[in-house]
Amino acid sequence: MARFAVTTEPLDVAAIAATVESPACGAVTTFVGLVRDHNAGRRVEWLDYEAYPALAVKTFERIGSEAAARWPAVALAIHHRSGRIAIGEASVVIAAASPHRADAFAAFRYAIERVKQIAPVWKHEHFEGGDVWIEGATADPDDAVAQQVAFERACS
Amino acid sequence: MFVTVRLFARLRELAGASELRCELPDGAVARTAWESLVRDHATLAEFEPVISCAVNAEYARLTTPLAHGDEVAFLPPVSGG
Repeated sequence: MARFAVTTEPLDVAAIAATVESPACGAVTTFVGLVRDHNAGRRVEWLDYEAYPALAVKTFERIGSEAAARWPAVALAIHHRSGRIAIGEASVVIAAASPHRADAFAAFRYAIERVKQIAPVWKHEHFEGGDVWIEGATADPDDAVAQQVAFERACS
Repeated sequence: MFVTVRLFARLRELAGASELRCELPDGAVARTAWESLVRDHATLAEFEPVISCAVNAEYARLTTPLAHGDEVAFLPPVSGG
């Protein structure tokens, strides 16, 4: 299994974690982003995720390189699901493996912040009574201020 | 030259297409493709301050030069995770 992927299939947390585990690891952290049943006061019924897969995979690889520059011993995996996702299902899984836990915790937090900043993925929220495209950050991988924010959240 | 323009999420919905073929003059940059797109789909204009672009599935700038056969994508603000 690839470490960085976009898939329409359900995400398998254990299989994704296995892509980064090695005998040198003393810690693996996993982050699982779930579709929740409410947002901004609305009762959410499901989310349709749209992605630009070719660019998304390259963006995940870039996030992996950024994390490796900061935490050289960490191995990172990022898998994002696209298509229709029901309440309670996983939309994104991040795994970080490291000899020691502190770096694994920091790296997976960094990775999810960067996914939200620069991954070419969009949520189309279907709620009770309507639907809306969620639009967050203007993606700019070279924005050093945004990257610094992600590092600060990772290390706070 | 001809390029393929790809659109995602709300840009795709407003333009009514996920992929368009676009004829551009020699010397065109990504912004030239965006301006051509907005001429045909005026409702996209409001996105100009917030779009990102990619050329051949690599993040790029609106000043990035285009070549015949390139794929240029315009991206509304992202919301993954």
